[in-house]
Order: sequence, then C-alpha cells, then structure tokens
Amino acid sequence: MNLHEYQAKQLFAEYGLPVSKGVVADSAAAAVEAASLIGGEQWVVKAQVHAGGRGKAGGVKLVRSKAEIEQFAQQWLGKRLVTYQTDADGQPVNQILIENCTDIDRELYLGAVVDRASQRVVFMASSEGGVEIEKVAERSPEKILQAIIDPLVGAQPYQAREIAFQLGLNDKQVKQFTDLFVRLSRLFHECDLALLEINPLVITQQGDLHCLDAKINIDGNALYRQPKLKALHDPSQEDAREREAAAWELNYVALEGNIGCMVNGAGLAMGTMDIIKHHGGNPANFLDVGGGATKERVSAAFKLILSDEKVKAVLINIFGGIVRCDLIAEGVIGAVEEVGVKIPVVVRLEGNNARLGAQILADSGLNIIAAQSLTDAAQQVVKAAERQP
Amino acid sequence: MSILIDKDTKVLCQGFTGAQATLHSEQALDYGTRLVGGVTPNKGGQTHLGLPVFNTMREAVEATAADASVIYVPAPFCKDSILEAAHSGVKLVVCITEGIPTLDMLQCKLVCDRLGVRLIGPNCPGVITPGECKIGIMPGDIHLPGKVGIVSRSGTLTYEAVKQTSDFGFGQSSCVGIGGDPIPGSSFIDILGLFQADPGTEAIVMVGEIGGSAEEEAARFIKQHVTKPVVSYIAGVTAPAGKRMGHAGAIISGGKGTAAEKFAALEAAGVRTVRSLADIGKAIAEVTGW
Repeated sequence: MNLHEYQAKQLFAEYGLPVSKGVVADSAAAAVEAASLIGGEQWVVKAQVHAGGRGKAGGVKLVRSKAEIEQFAQQWLGKRLVTYQTDADGQPVNQILIENCTDIDRELYLGAVVDRASQRVVFMASSEGGVEIEKVAERSPEKILQAIIDPLVGAQPYQAREIAFQLGLNDKQVKQFTDLFVRLSRLFHECDLALLEINPLVITQQGDLHCLDAKINIDGNALYRQPKLKALHDPSQEDAREREAAAWELNYVALEGNIGCMVNGAGLAMGTMDIIKHHGGNPANFLDVGGGATKERVSAAFKLILSDEKVKAVLINIFGGIVRCDLIAEGVIGAVEEVGVKIPVVVRLEGNNARLGAQILADSGLNIIAAQSLTDAAQQVVKAAERQP
Repeated sequence: MSILIDKDTKVLCQGFTGAQATLHSEQALDYGTRLVGGVTPNKGGQTHLGLPVFNTMREAVEATAADASVIYVPAPFCKDSILEAAHSGVKLVVCITEGIPTLDMLQCKLVCDRLGVRLIGPNCPGVITPGECKIGIMPGDIHLPGKVGIVSRSGTLTYEAVKQTSDFGFGQSSCVGIGGDPIPGSSFIDILGLFQADPGTEAIVMVGEIGGSAEEEAARFIKQHVTKPVVSYIAGVTAPAGKRMGHAGAIISGGKGTAAEKFAALEAAGVRTVRSLADIGKAIAEVTGW
C-alpha cells in the first residue's frame, strides 16, 4: 500500500526526521491559508498522487505569491496528473501539499527495500540525488552504497558511518546521517514497510541534512497489524474496477486487450493471459477468482469483466484442485443467466469432476463454448473475439 | 525415489483442528500420508480424525518422532508456528498459509537456515511424492508416480505441469511448490539441487513467474550443477510493469523481473523453455526422447 508524500512526511516527523514545514490542502482557499500559516515569501506546492515524475509533469512548483498558489490549486485540484509512471489517464489530484522553501547545496539519495536476492532489508545511498536510482544503478553501480540489515540485530550506527564517510559528509552531517539512518530503520521495521525512498535527501545551504521528498510503500500482508497506517489508504488512487474487485476479494488487474479472463490461481491467471497472447489475442485483464469460486464470486467476477467495454469474449479457465468443476459450471451458468452475458464465453474445466462440469455447460442451452484443452480454449476465444463486431 | 518426503515420512499438522487443516488432513490420510497427529494449543489430549492432538510441537515430536510439519494456521500466527516447528526437532516445515508479513519471513528464514531446517512455502500448495506422501492442498489424483521432478512458484501452474506429465505417462518423482511470496523458505536452487542428487528424478520441470531474480539465479545454478534435462515455463509475459499479479512476489519493479529476462537467462543456461504452458509435457518428451 502506497502513502502520499504528505502522509509519509507526517510519519517521518513522528520519528523525529527532518522534514519541511508543510500543510496539506484540498481547496484553493485552504492552500492560500496554508501559505499564511507556514509563513515566508516562497513556497513549494506539490500535487499529491501515488506516482513519481511529478516535477516534470508540472505537478510540483516553486511559487512566490499567494495568487500563484491559488492558480496552482485551481489548475490541479480535481484534475488528473499524468506522469511517466502513470497510465494515459493519470492519477486524480485531491490534495496539494504546501511547504516552506529549502535552499539546497547538495542532493543525495537514500532508500531501503526488502531485497529478495539477499533476503535482507537493504539500505542504499548515492551521491546522485534527484534522479531515478534505477538509472544510477545501470549507469554507475559503483555510486550506490549499501548497508545490509541483520533481521535479528537491526541497523547499527557503524553501517551509517561507513556510508556517510564515503558520501563525503562533514562531522556534523555524519552525526545527522547516523541518527537519520537508525531512525529510518526503526520506522521501516516498526511500520512493516516494503519500500522507503528519500529522493532527494538534501544538504541545505546551512549544511544540514533534510528529507525533501518521502516515498513509502507498506507491506500489504502486514496491514492487519498496522491499523493506523491502514487508515491512510486512499482508494481514489486505484483503478475503479480493481477497487471493486478488492471488495469481493478478487485479484483483478486491468489490461489493454479485448479478451476477458476468469481463472483460479494467480500463476494460472498469468499463464492464461500469456497463452491468449501466444495464439494471437490480447487479454483484457488478470483475474484470479481464488480457490473458493462460488456462484456469487463467479458472477461478481463476470460483472467486473463485462464492465470493461473493450471486452469481446471471455475465457474461463479453471483447474479444479479441491473445488469441484460441476459446482463451478453451475456457478458460471447462474452468473451468465443473471448478468445476461451477450458475448461468447469459452470455458475450459480441468481436474475434479471436469467431465461432469462440461456436460452441465453443454446441456445449459446457453452460448457457452466448452473447450477440449487449454490450447483449444485459447484458440477458440481468440477466434470468437475476432468474429465480434 | 523422491526428494524431501516418502512413504516413511511422519507428518504433524499445526493448526490441526481448524477447518482448512481438517479438510486437507482428511485428504492426506486418504492419500496414504503417514499423518501422526497435530497441534492445537489448549486442545492437547483430544483426538481429531482418529489422531492425537498436542498442545505444543515439542510435545508432539517427543510423542510421535515426526519428521515433518505442515502449517495451516492464519497468517498473523505463522511466524510463531514456523519458529515453534523449527525448534521442535522436525527437519521439514511446509507452510501453506498465504499473507505472512515479509519482515516475519526474513526472521523465519534466517532461523530455519541456522537450525538446518528445510522450510517450504509459505503461500504454496505444498510437497507431494506421488503414491507415497502428500503434504499440502494439491489434488492427489492428478499425480502419477514417475520420473519428472517439478518445482514451481505457483499452485495451479504446478497442477498443469503435473497433469501434462501424467498424461504423457512420465509421472513425477516429487513436486514442490515453493510459493509465490517474495521471501520463500526454499528457492528454486535448493530444490534443483535435491532433484539433481535424486536418482529417481530423470528430468526437471521448473515453473517460474515474473518478479525478483530467482529464475536467473536458478539459470546460473543449472548451468554449473544440473546435468539432467530441464524444461521451464515463465508466467507473466503479458503482465504490466509495477502491478502485483495476485502473488505478493509477482511484480515487475524498476524494470526488473520481466519474463523476457528470465526466459533469456534460462535459455543461455541450456534450459528448454516453452512459451505456451500447454507445451510442458511435449517439451519433456522432446528433450528426453521418451
């Protein structure tokens, strides 16, 4: 689960980390008032969306008057911001963050992730702040400094000092960096983070370390024990259909194609998308109905797939392990009748009671094509989609 | 022959009296698994499915001399259950549960490694040696005792590979679902090493998916250490970047972990890859000449 920058910075502040004085606003009037509250004569205004690349897209601006703040707020609030990290529709801007200005001397990078290869939390720092860390990693990997955190011992100050001296920090900054590092590691572990990024971590003209940006992603599996963070969830930043799917505990991801997919199991759902592509079609979605594919869930899944107007045909691919295919077949029939599906539906049932399931589908009199195999199913649905106007 | 488990493996079930554990324990018993009892705190002394229930794993292992444990407890309690199992004396712990916090797994993995305990999962279908022992939630009847070792990050994709190798008549030596989480207890490499050393395994199917670099690491390992033919399929060619595809670990992040990279690494290591998951059985026939 992603946090907005303003939420991440509030969390940073709770952990005693140096962030700018900022106020979040959801209207132009509130934005102007925020500037008065913060004081000064220059501010930075930032559109709050779950995506990077906001600066280049015009979502971050240095402003010198309240009129400019008002204009920025009117320009963005209620609109969508498109960056290189979003899709073509962009992300809705519902809040803007107003901050006091920071005079920058140097920009650094500091981040932490759960590294899958080493199976540790790894901190990464670089003297190249303000640019994408992936690009630095590709271009000059030697510029990325790492500290690997022992899961049982936690972050140690010496690890911070090793990085700080290599970054060429002075006495005062080494102390600040060490403090920052230890606090960030505590935050990472106590809040069950999956990713943390400060890009840039700046050295101000006064020579102090300062977190100019803050990006936080929380491990979705741990939200049950992070109720305070869970409450920060902003569903407006998610695709509407993905949100609807989540309510039914279905895993759904919208894609660009025209063949809707309903599958049990995440791996098989991906495999089904791939085999459609392999036979010349294009999947419209990833959808895992899970092990307990009841009639209610199947019909919720159907409604979801059909709410995408691009969809010209549907492929249902079920490998009945524990779940019985005859029950799935009944669920499919019930859902097709209830929802009133007008486009071709190809069904491939395998495993537990598959033959009985296929018979039930064949006897239903509905426009359901029972496929003989996985390859047959993929070929049939691609053909069916092509035939549709 | 087989890896990890066989007809003599004595198995305990943690969270034994729960609904999921009961359903799958009944099926395991029907399959012939030597399930010797289970653990549910505060229900020690009771009998469930005709088997003894214990309060603690330590007690259960002392009483039954079990070799392995399977965990069906809810995700918030899995760290505790894995660590309890790891310290109880069993050498194999299979965790089926999905949704365990990643930071919990970092600690569990470290402790299991230090104690020399093999952890399979979490978020996996389990392990089966066809005709001998079934630990997990896979449907037993699609399996056939035989000579192909199968290792996979996905449950339902494992079943596809199993069905195809059964339909061709090759059968399986053992099948291991290592699970779809970012931090699995065992990696492809761990299981490939076991299959390579197992005289009963003559060919290997490895089913990967997008996210992380486990398949690339496996490719390097195969090149150096695996002499048996390997067929591999990677799911997620059509998956968009930055989106989690159901499994916690199935995500292309920062442009890394794509199916294309994984296919390329495996092909460079001499692995026979298939682009359609329906071609796994056929590819095994071709690489082995069976």
